[in-house]
Amino acid sequence: MTALDVDVTRTIGEFDLDVAFSVESGISVLFGPSGAGKSLTLALIAGLLRPDTGKIAINGRIVSDRASNVHVSTQERRIGMVFQDGLLLPHRSVLDNVALAVRQASGRQARRAVAHSWLERVGAEDFADRRPGSLSGGQRQRVALARGLAGDPALVLLDEPLSALDSAVRRELRNLIREVIISSGVPAVLVTHDAEEAEQLGDVVIAYSDGRVTAMRDVERPDDVGPQPESRDGNRSQ
Amino acid sequence: MTALIPHSWLNSVGIPPWVWNPLSISLHAAGEATIIVAIGGIALGYILAQGHFPGRGVIETIFSMPMALPPTVVGYYLLTRLGGPGPIRTAEVHLFGHPLTFTFTGIVIAQVVESFPYCLRFSRAAIANVDPRFEQAARVMGLSRWRIALLVTLPLARRGIVAGVAMAFGRALGDFGATMIISGSVPMATTMPIALYNAAFFGSHDQAMVLALVQLGAAFVILYGVSRLGKIRAW
Amino acid sequence: MEREHGVVRQLGNEHRAAAIAVTVLVGLGLGYGVAHLLAGSIAYWGVVSGPFFLTLRVAIPATLIAGVAGIASGYALAKGRFPGRDVLETIGSLPIILPPTVIGFYLLEVLSPGTQVGGFLTRVVGHELVYNVAGCIIAATIAAFPFCMRAARSAIEGVDPMIEQAARAIGLPNWRVALLVTLPLARRGIAAGLTIGCARALGEYGATLMVGGDINGKTRTLSLAILDSFTTPERNAMLLILVLMAVAAMTGVGLLGRSRT
Repeated sequence: MTALDVDVTRTIGEFDLDVAFSVESGISVLFGPSGAGKSLTLALIAGLLRPDTGKIAINGRIVSDRASNVHVSTQERRIGMVFQDGLLLPHRSVLDNVALAVRQASGRQARRAVAHSWLERVGAEDFADRRPGSLSGGQRQRVALARGLAGDPALVLLDEPLSALDSAVRRELRNLIREVIISSGVPAVLVTHDAEEAEQLGDVVIAYSDGRVTAMRDVERPDDVGPQPESRDGNRSQ
Repeated sequence: MTALIPHSWLNSVGIPPWVWNPLSISLHAAGEATIIVAIGGIALGYILAQGHFPGRGVIETIFSMPMALPPTVVGYYLLTRLGGPGPIRTAEVHLFGHPLTFTFTGIVIAQVVESFPYCLRFSRAAIANVDPRFEQAARVMGLSRWRIALLVTLPLARRGIVAGVAMAFGRALGDFGATMIISGSVPMATTMPIALYNAAFFGSHDQAMVLALVQLGAAFVILYGVSRLGKIRAW
Repeated sequence: MEREHGVVRQLGNEHRAAAIAVTVLVGLGLGYGVAHLLAGSIAYWGVVSGPFFLTLRVAIPATLIAGVAGIASGYALAKGRFPGRDVLETIGSLPIILPPTVIGFYLLEVLSPGTQVGGFLTRVVGHELVYNVAGCIIAATIAAFPFCMRAARSAIEGVDPMIEQAARAIGLPNWRVALLVTLPLARRGIAAGLTIGCARALGEYGATLMVGGDINGKTRTLSLAILDSFTTPERNAMLLILVLMAVAAMTGVGLLGRSRT
């Protein structure tokens, strides 16, 4: 059972998207220049937009099927998303922001406990009580990552999560992203236009150009901890 | 300009009854009216800002009419609807036991009608200005539409919404024409603007000056607060 | 995610201008025509026409003055960088929520020939400013001014500064940039402000009552005449005129599109 199956078309104005691919465990990178349709693909997977034709299935479950008029709402798709500018709620604390995403636990205490443990995993536990406005860009994206994973998603989508940061912070967070996502066992789809980032983060690189997938290849990782296909059910390594 | 501040006021201690009576009536009526307007105005503003149905502009125009209508037209219309024969009067007698003309409740209704457009327009503009991506992020997190509105959209729009409520309150406090017609300037139901009119023409000049100054101060404070709340403009 | 923004977005520029023109003409024409119709006999029209034309005599100059002053101060507030900008805008916006009787009271204080300032102004202008049309015009101008000012400021702030920079770069002095670039680009918002300012001038009651004195034939505008009319048909005629003009005004404002921050 694959983590994600996509086979859709969508036209917006003059732009045509027509892509089909499957994603197994690990991090799959959608790589290509701006305007190639990568973010649009994420929006379709998330259910924020509807495709014109085709199907999308997450973990074997069909969430979108134009032919049989199936469209599972975004709220029901059990995904996590990390945006380029974080989009954390400025009027709530960091802990509250992450706790809002926790849906598998009930009760305020339980949700905050889960949120706290995720903040620890991304190294953001020190500013749990602060507001996002008082954090640096890098710190905010750590929190955004925690929020994206805290809801026990079947799939996590990252839309250029590091593009707004300067290069030193970017390199530091790159390792964190890979490490946290792989160890959590959640399959991920990450969008970037940075070739170095694609190589360093992806287990699979899916090349985009002008609304089409032009190539798909595995990335060799001889000494890196690769994705464990069974790790979703087994113990999670720290 | 010494003409603006009367000497007698500088000598007095405490607030005399001819200020306190109309002031408390004004505050009560405007307060009640603003609560009603806030609930209705924010709700309708949300629907108009987020909805995808045709005719949203028409609806906002219709509810904004009191801004363009002369207050005497609004007052006269309310007088005939609430007092004259018709289904509304029947409902009033059923609910309240008597028609609402020349009553305190009638004043509140007049102020609701006159101040509603301000809250509506400010709220709609503020909610429409919220970055839709916040709501998208909230949908991804699994929040229901109610929770998104209460936890994400409205808090993010709160500055404009508060400004709209403040403007509505100020407008209700300052209403003259419609209030006067519906209340008939009964002495027991006299608001500040009416009290000023009475004092200016039938009372003492000094009293009028005090009443005018109090209202000027209140309007200034409210408007200054609104301008500090931000650059959301409803027109 | 797509969002619709009202009917005006789907119309072209010429269509929009035509729609506004038609709305205004229809509003005025309907007001005049239906009033004539409803008034029935010459006798009724005689009663209604007096206040109707008086109201126009008051509202049109008031809107023009308030418009010019509003555009000028809106421009100054939009472009200026001086301390106390917020305070000035607050003062200019006061007539929106200030009770009309407060405005009327202070106008009487300042304009009555009996006071120092009033006496001076009366001498300078040459005739009295209270209990006649001049007083009504002043009251209506004050009622209309804040809307013109705020709409102008909002519209001018919405003009892309890059376009103004480009105009300056080709050598145009600031005042020509304002007249040839900024104001034309802001014309929709300015027009909306003028429209609603006109509606406010037409409907002004409290201040007009105090400063004008509600003198039959001289200062009894439509909104005052409604309360003094004796028979229902003529009152209905006046109501209809006012309502139609208000509808035309708000429709015009709606068609001109909402301003976005």
